[in-house]
Amino acid sequence: MEKVIEIKHLNKSFGNHEVLRDVNFTVNKGEVVCLIGSSGSGKSTLLRCINLLETPTGGEIIYNGENILNDKHDVRKYRTHLGMVFQQFNLFNNHNVLKNCMVGQLKVLKRSKEAAKQNALKYLKTVGMDKYVNAKPKQLSGGQKQRVAIARALAMDPEVMLFDEPTSALDPEMVGEVLKVMRQLADEGNTMLIVTHEMEFAREVSDRIVFMDKGVIVEEGPPEQVLVNPQQERTKEFLKRTLK
Amino acid sequence: MSFDIILSILQENWPSYLRGAYMTLLIAVISTIIGALIGLFIGVMHTIPLRKKSVKSIFLKIINFILTVYVEIFRGTPMIVQAMVVFYGIAAYGYEMDRFVAAVVVVGLNTGAYMAEYVRGGIVSIDKGQYEAAEAIGMGHFQTMIHIILPQVFRNILPATGNQLIMNIKDSAVLSVISVTELFFTTKSIAGANFRFAESYLITCIMYLIMTFVASRILRYVEKRMDGQNAYQVEQRREEQMY
Ligand SMILES: Nc1ncnc2c1ncn2[C@@H]1O[C@H](COP(=O)(O)OP(=O)(O)OP(=O)(O)O)[C@@H](O)[C@H]1O
Ligand SMILES: [Mg+2]
Repeated sequence: MEKVIEIKHLNKSFGNHEVLRDVNFTVNKGEVVCLIGSSGSGKSTLLRCINLLETPTGGEIIYNGENILNDKHDVRKYRTHLGMVFQQFNLFNNHNVLKNCMVGQLKVLKRSKEAAKQNALKYLKTVGMDKYVNAKPKQLSGGQKQRVAIARALAMDPEVMLFDEPTSALDPEMVGEVLKVMRQLADEGNTMLIVTHEMEFAREVSDRIVFMDKGVIVEEGPPEQVLVNPQQERTKEFLKRTLK
Repeated sequence: MSFDIILSILQENWPSYLRGAYMTLLIAVISTIIGALIGLFIGVMHTIPLRKKSVKSIFLKIINFILTVYVEIFRGTPMIVQAMVVFYGIAAYGYEMDRFVAAVVVVGLNTGAYMAEYVRGGIVSIDKGQYEAAEAIGMGHFQTMIHIILPQVFRNILPATGNQLIMNIKDSAVLSVISVTELFFTTKSIAGANFRFAESYLITCIMYLIMTFVASRILRYVEKRMDGQNAYQVEQRREEQMY
């Protein structure tokens, strides 16, 4: 299997608070990996370290055979290969839906206006938001915003999509529409790394589940194993708490 | 005070009144624009993230210190005094500054000092998620500022800029101390010649009121335009109309 991102001995501390300790794991091409774990276990921090919104304090992040933590590595170029979807959507408030999905293509990838527009429309269609191209973010519901945010990330044609609890800020009735889009992306063979508390969803879509606790990876494996037949005591406890 | 007298003053002096009002508007508009640009520059300088102990950051700190001194001086002293100091200060070096230029410089610097704080507030009030989303798609700090943050800051500071414009229309009256021929100075000459102080100044009063009222209406309109239509069009509707 082709490795897209490989993480070796990753550490992250805020001051003297160690949030990630010796994290090792790999995301392979076409794979859907779900990161689960209780609040404060470091899932978001791990995701943010991967696209360097946080600077790791130690370890390596290997992308295409190169350690991107080397000083001379072009961080901005690397980031264009990762699509990030935030819990709070973070759509650009000054741009309409279409422009949200175009601005990165235009200014970072230097695509032509026409090409950027076509690509944006293609992905807005994928998420079912192509009819709202003129709307401003504040005019959309949470679920609609998140779908646009997914299209914005996809429009950069990234190699990996990173999702940080994409449905946690949504009203319950809007969770479904976002998960449906993500399921579809998974079926289409996109490489995805998803932090989620939606256990049912994780079981259905993921090829692999990674369970984190207190900044370390406790257990990982196929969903049947980790969710149904966990080997570690801490995993069992976590599942008992969340699945009841 | 009678209406006839007002009419006759107007008949005799309307070109002077208009010229004065034009001067006032010109000074107010130009200096507000200059002030907004100064404020924007200072606001951006004050919010550049500092890396610890690089040469660049020491340099930036020195510039920011100088800018802070400027802001404090211009906010902490009356504009009428600033006008005297700038105009006669420069004249003392044997260089007679154009009075209009001096006026624009004083009001512009004054406005800039106030706007700096509004801009800084406008920048820090932008949600950090906006920066992160821009960074995450590979934008640099400069691109993020130009395409994402500053357009939102512009919108945020527009009301403050409008207030400042209205203040400048009124407060430019103090520039009469350096004999700039704006509306107040003009009125002084008119009233000095006809000795009808109440009527002459009543006309001036109404002219100021018209200018500030129109300015505030225009600004409100611009704000509305920037916010876009309230109802966005769903594309489908357009298709339906075609059939
Ligand atoms: N910028 C920061 N400064 C200091 N501490 C931080 C910072 N960000 C996160 N932390 C700490 O790191 C730990 C892990 O946080 P993180 O957000 O990664 O957890 P999480 O697994 O995503 O939790 P949740 O499920 O609640 O989102 C927490 O104890 C948090 O307080
Ligand atoms: Mg989190």
